[in-house]
Amino acid sequence: MQNNSRSDDPIEKKFRELGNRAEGVIVAYLMGHDPDPKAFVADAESLIEGGADILEVGIPFSDPVADGPVIQAAGTRALFAGATPRKIIDTIGELSSQYTTPFVILTYYNPILAMGIDQFMKNASDNGVNGVVVPDLPMEEGDRFRDTALKHNIDSILLAAPNTSEKRLAGILEKSRGFVYLVSLYGVTGPRDTLSPQALETVKKVKSLAKGVIPISAGFGISQPQHVSSLLRAGADGAIVGSALVRTVAEHLDDPREAPHYLKKTITALKQASKQPGC
Amino acid sequence: MKSLAKLGSADGAGKFGKYGGQYVPETLMEPLKTLADAYRRFSRDPSFKKELANWLEQYAGRPTPLYFAGRLTDDARGAKIYLKREDLLHGGAHKINNTLGQALLAKKMGKPRIIAETGAGQHGVATAMACAALGLAAEIYMGSEDMERQRLNVYRMKMLGAKVHPVDSGSKTLKDAINEALRDWVTNVENTYCLLGSVVGPHPYPTMVRDFQSVIGREAHRQILKQEGRLPRSVVACVGGGSNSIGIFHAFLNDPDVDLYGVEAGGHDMSPGKHAAPLVAGREGVLHGMMTYVLQNAEGQIETTESISAGLDYPAVGPEHSYLMSVGRTKYVTQTDKDALQAFNRLSQLEGIMPALEPAHAISYATKLAKTLEKDDSIIVNLSGRGDKDVDTIAKQFPQ
Repeated sequence: MQNNSRSDDPIEKKFRELGNRAEGVIVAYLMGHDPDPKAFVADAESLIEGGADILEVGIPFSDPVADGPVIQAAGTRALFAGATPRKIIDTIGELSSQYTTPFVILTYYNPILAMGIDQFMKNASDNGVNGVVVPDLPMEEGDRFRDTALKHNIDSILLAAPNTSEKRLAGILEKSRGFVYLVSLYGVTGPRDTLSPQALETVKKVKSLAKGVIPISAGFGISQPQHVSSLLRAGADGAIVGSALVRTVAEHLDDPREAPHYLKKTITALKQASKQPGC
Repeated sequence: MKSLAKLGSADGAGKFGKYGGQYVPETLMEPLKTLADAYRRFSRDPSFKKELANWLEQYAGRPTPLYFAGRLTDDARGAKIYLKREDLLHGGAHKINNTLGQALLAKKMGKPRIIAETGAGQHGVATAMACAALGLAAEIYMGSEDMERQRLNVYRMKMLGAKVHPVDSGSKTLKDAINEALRDWVTNVENTYCLLGSVVGPHPYPTMVRDFQSVIGREAHRQILKQEGRLPRSVVACVGGGSNSIGIFHAFLNDPDVDLYGVEAGGHDMSPGKHAAPLVAGREGVLHGMMTYVLQNAEGQIETTESISAGLDYPAVGPEHSYLMSVGRTKYVTQTDKDALQAFNRLSQLEGIMPALEPAHAISYATKLAKTLEKDDSIIVNLSGRGDKDVDTIAKQFPQ
């Protein structure tokens, strides 16, 4: 298990397949059970059918320090609707039995600790989850977490930031599984209109250090098709879109049945951009 | 006795046993390392130490007296009660010990912009004071509910030149103000220094704030030996985040015959959401960058808290307290809102000292503890702040 890649890892397989045809991976994020379990399932299906390559599902935490107002509000809605880690993992189980798309969970460390790391990984694995991202669990604190994830065939996906030193990056690139989640800016999650030059520089730096051993996906602030193509041109293997989608959910709270139509439209345009990064 | 040798210091990764650490977004990992390195360097630098000692003496008003509360002692009918008068410091609370230390460090590190969180507003005021005195820009995050109940301190911060940002997320109290300060830091990390007000958060804050506050215990240790000729039987302090308590406990950690009591907010009652006592009623968890005792539900969502004192209204506690409790060196108890109000009245009328509602919890417990001890024993209570800020709250409880 010294090597990063496991040939049967669905996430790595997805990156490899798309990479072979010079296509970027679109990771689409939604907060689980936002605004309620039924609407969430319809929204998730629209993203998968619209072309999302990997679905990332948030499990809400009461104190999400890495998140901006859009995802904070989504978490509050989900908790209000009675969301728990167990219930969201069960919903992922229903989705994963219908779709081959890889599933990733994004949550904070405390809900995982409360369930117990081993129990969490077991539940996740039993329900078709392929990876976990924990924004408040840096490399140094996560040895036991990563070992347990590995035991259950779940990728423990680490984050890297614009100010991560080359020394730490080397460790992150070695220890992360599936892909490295590159935080492309200083700040919290939230849609931005323009992509910062810093984001592209960071992608280039990390990509050159990764040497093709592990894929790089850039997230935070990505909302437009041209953001996706710029990041892929700079060398990213994938792009993560979260707040822009969650905002669409939030705009249709009066009638959540309308959200899937718009989500599908957005993800189709982003997916299209990931197929033509070169131009 | 062997375990006691290890007391009083975190390891290289900022852990007190398994507590503490750095559970933060990746963007903060390098800035925390820079901060830890800078702190290690300056904390050993004699000129930094001398400069800080000067500020503490000539600006903040150190040393503070250790006052024998004779009439309170008579009334409690037990051990002698001494008060460590941190309420006499500039700004009216122990908070200035830490803000001067960190603001001076920020200045040495070349960070012109200071952000801070505040609950009761005492840390916000102390930050605004230190920043004004040292020529730094201060921006304070404060829960909108706390702004309502501690309005006086909001005015004080503004008059001292600080910008106050209301926080409307979550429970709109201290925990949410910390979230917002961390989000600001993640965004503006290059020019900004995040000045946390208690022994909480990721390493190095719990160690650094503890060091800046431990001047309280060093003075008290010396003073009690001089005034009583021997060590106290017990030291009692209130615990919110835990900075005034760790500050006074620290000098006594290796005196095994001195019992150390932390008093948490028992609030209305001990049902979930009605108190703020993570050490007495919480479970291990991770919040605000640290592994520690946290009030949380079965799914790991942080519980709301309730206390008449905004400064204790916090669902977690500094990791060193969790560690000291786990090795049995410290004991934690609770006192209710009602207990604190009674102690406020008692101290005001017997000694002419109006305590803040936070240390009123400690006063309340100390008077009960005193009864169980011998008359020639002594107890030191850390009177961490004065009660002027609470006059509105107390007036509502006791209408004319």
